[in-house]
Amino acid sequence: MSNTEKSDYRGQIHQLQKEMMVEWYQKLDESATTGKPPAVSLMISGNCIELLEAFDVLPLYPEVNALQLAIRRQSLEPILVAEEMGYATDNCAYVKADIGAMVKGITPAGGKLPVAALALCNFVGCNVYTKWFEHIAEFQKSPLFMLDVPFLRTDTPSKDDVAYVVRQLHDLVKQLEQITGKKFDMDRFREAVRNSARVEELWSRIKHLSKKKPSPYDAYFDAISLMGPLYVYRANPRGVHFFEVALKEYEQMVERGQGPFEKEKFRVVLEGPPPYPFFRTFRDMFAKWGACTVASTYSTVGGLWEFGFRHDPQEPFEAIALHMIENNVTNRNYLQRYDQIRRYVEEWDADGLIIHFVKSCRLFSAGQGDMRDYFTKELGIPTLYLESDIEDPRYFSEAQIKNRMDAFFESLGHAPARTAAQLSAGKAGSGIPMVPTASPKLRVLN
Amino acid sequence: MRETLAFDFERTFDQCATLLGDLTFPTVAAWKQEHPGGRVIGYFPVYAPSEIIHAAGMLPVALHGAGDGLELQHADARFGSFICSIVKSTLELAMTERLALMDGLLFSTICDSARNLAFVIKRNQPGMYVDFLHLPHNPNGTASHDFLASEYRRLIGHLQELSGRTISDEALRNSIAVFNENRNLLRRLYEFRRDYPERLRTWELYVLMRAGNFVPVETHNEWLRGVLEELPGRTGKRRDAIRVVIEGSFCEQPPLDLIRVMEEAGCTIADDDFILGRRWFNADVPVAGDPLMNLAESYQDRSVYSSVRHDNRNPRHKQLVEKVRQAKAQAVVFLTAKFCEPACFDYVLFKRELEAAKIPHLPLEFEEKAYTFDRFRMEVETFVESLLFE
Repeated sequence: MSNTEKSDYRGQIHQLQKEMMVEWYQKLDESATTGKPPAVSLMISGNCIELLEAFDVLPLYPEVNALQLAIRRQSLEPILVAEEMGYATDNCAYVKADIGAMVKGITPAGGKLPVAALALCNFVGCNVYTKWFEHIAEFQKSPLFMLDVPFLRTDTPSKDDVAYVVRQLHDLVKQLEQITGKKFDMDRFREAVRNSARVEELWSRIKHLSKKKPSPYDAYFDAISLMGPLYVYRANPRGVHFFEVALKEYEQMVERGQGPFEKEKFRVVLEGPPPYPFFRTFRDMFAKWGACTVASTYSTVGGLWEFGFRHDPQEPFEAIALHMIENNVTNRNYLQRYDQIRRYVEEWDADGLIIHFVKSCRLFSAGQGDMRDYFTKELGIPTLYLESDIEDPRYFSEAQIKNRMDAFFESLGHAPARTAAQLSAGKAGSGIPMVPTASPKLRVLN
Repeated sequence: MRETLAFDFERTFDQCATLLGDLTFPTVAAWKQEHPGGRVIGYFPVYAPSEIIHAAGMLPVALHGAGDGLELQHADARFGSFICSIVKSTLELAMTERLALMDGLLFSTICDSARNLAFVIKRNQPGMYVDFLHLPHNPNGTASHDFLASEYRRLIGHLQELSGRTISDEALRNSIAVFNENRNLLRRLYEFRRDYPERLRTWELYVLMRAGNFVPVETHNEWLRGVLEELPGRTGKRRDAIRVVIEGSFCEQPPLDLIRVMEEAGCTIADDDFILGRRWFNADVPVAGDPLMNLAESYQDRSVYSSVRHDNRNPRHKQLVEKVRQAKAQAVVFLTAKFCEPACFDYVLFKRELEAAKIPHLPLEFEEKAYTFDRFRMEVETFVESLLFE
């Protein structure tokens, strides 16, 4: 096995997404200077970009700022600034990096970022967001709209859950009218929702392409590159164009039998956010073993579309409500996440599961030991548990993570007959199912 | 149970303290014996609508972790690093069968760890009714009234299924009245402690209040009334001390000895947020009318401020300063549970507001399982001296 395999990880779409994201940052810079168009800060999970698009409002995602700072290795300075302000070492470092950067005027792309005309906390599962947006509103003197999304504590949302969110969305429309001075245009809104539905269909088809062997892309590392356009441009024709290009590129790779590696030796499912300050280092640890992620929960933070949900232009407000309540991983309950991962392992035919515990995000991480218990003991799926952080470079132990990864893939390569057979064939996928066909059903709420 | 906890003023506080440390929940077991077929619903902090549980003929039990009384054998492996103690100790209680007396467990939208805990417990406690209440975070307008009333109706559906009996509006109104009385009595005790701290120590008030987590509210009301009757005749000497407000202990509770240490080290605790769920409303929940709507509206419009409930109409950092003034306190001591994200975040704006108002504060971090307090004592003493002799 090569110890040096590193892919370029670049294709046409990576370049295209980079251009689109640079352009977005330029628009934010322009907004910061001229006030036009106004920017609204909101959270990625269950984002209602369709409503912003209908008003020509720019989305400003504090999470994207934070991850950009981390991936460019600029996150420690603003984190320390925030800790000076009183934030605890145990607080989410995404928040600390964003607030510290805001206070110090640090921006990931070097340009200016606008003051949010509205801090829209589309509280979707993550309680930390209520604090984050309270603080953004306080420090920036922005008005705050707390959009309370009922957590998915039952199998499916109730009518009352949906009605509650829809009523709040109508209140939000009034606030957006005030900010922009524009009258709400239902036709434009429907058009935005229609664009989203098209993007979601394309994105979902891409998600299912990773069932192919080899997978044409990595459904964790490459999917993250695609997530930028998915959240910023989803409701816009440019988003549709981007995902058409992406799907075509990956379909062509499938036709040619190409994947991220010369040989796909392992197929894994990845749970949890990445260690952004060491993104490339982490990716290389997978590349070393020819391990391709075929599905990931992190790529469903903004929306869970591979199981069929699409925004419905006929009922656009209800569609947004359903997206927020039911169709993103963060607002789904923990056992529903177990079930999502189980489906990935089974339907995407993975060899194992890697759980990445990140200190910052208790929404993802609190209870992941129980998750490991479920997958190893109840389902018999090889599972690796790693710990670091999404944002804070002080919590990444490269040698330790590498050792654990090496040991995991080493044992995965030797132990089960299926994997050994696949390895000898140089490809994953033709052997005995590792997952019991009749998996124990998860207990869900009454 | 009445025999085991017959009211005796001078022994009350010690009896209550003993009860808090007993993880066999003797009063709950006694209640079950006295009520064959009776159901018990435990709830994780901070708040749960106990009135609804009570109206179903069930015993609501507020769980507040395990203190230092439990060695973790299972929960550490399931929740790992950076997670607060109460989440782990509650899971440990469940996994070691100590919650077997409970017929159901309720959780709510207080933080990300507690939410995941609800579902981890659900998986590990097959057959138990485990539910999660979404308590709303948008206080603007009436949408959340309607939503929360519908959430309570959903809860009622499950409780009716569990008990096999219907919960009438009349029963709900009665329960609201009896819990209103409980909160009123506690408010009066808090006022007494604020005005005469030498006659009612905070540790005494605390154990008396917290013991109410494990007994029927009617029994608790009797105790509180009894204490209120006796208190004016009690004497005590005022000491050189500073008046402080405690903030940050709304969920995981500090060890009782830590509260005692704070008093011994020179703090007169004039107000606090211990066991906040027992004093959740700052005014009576209306009894007449639609009881579920009354509970829902009260949650939005008559609740005390809390780190686990968003209310941008009256930010909690402003309310803390107001609380300090009402309590005629000189300082704030933050008693924050380790890894408590809501409290840690709120500290930032609390700190800024207190500094602007020139109110000194001392941040302290605790874990429920702590058992040595020398460091705390030294920090508190230093802080007290800096204010007494400045």
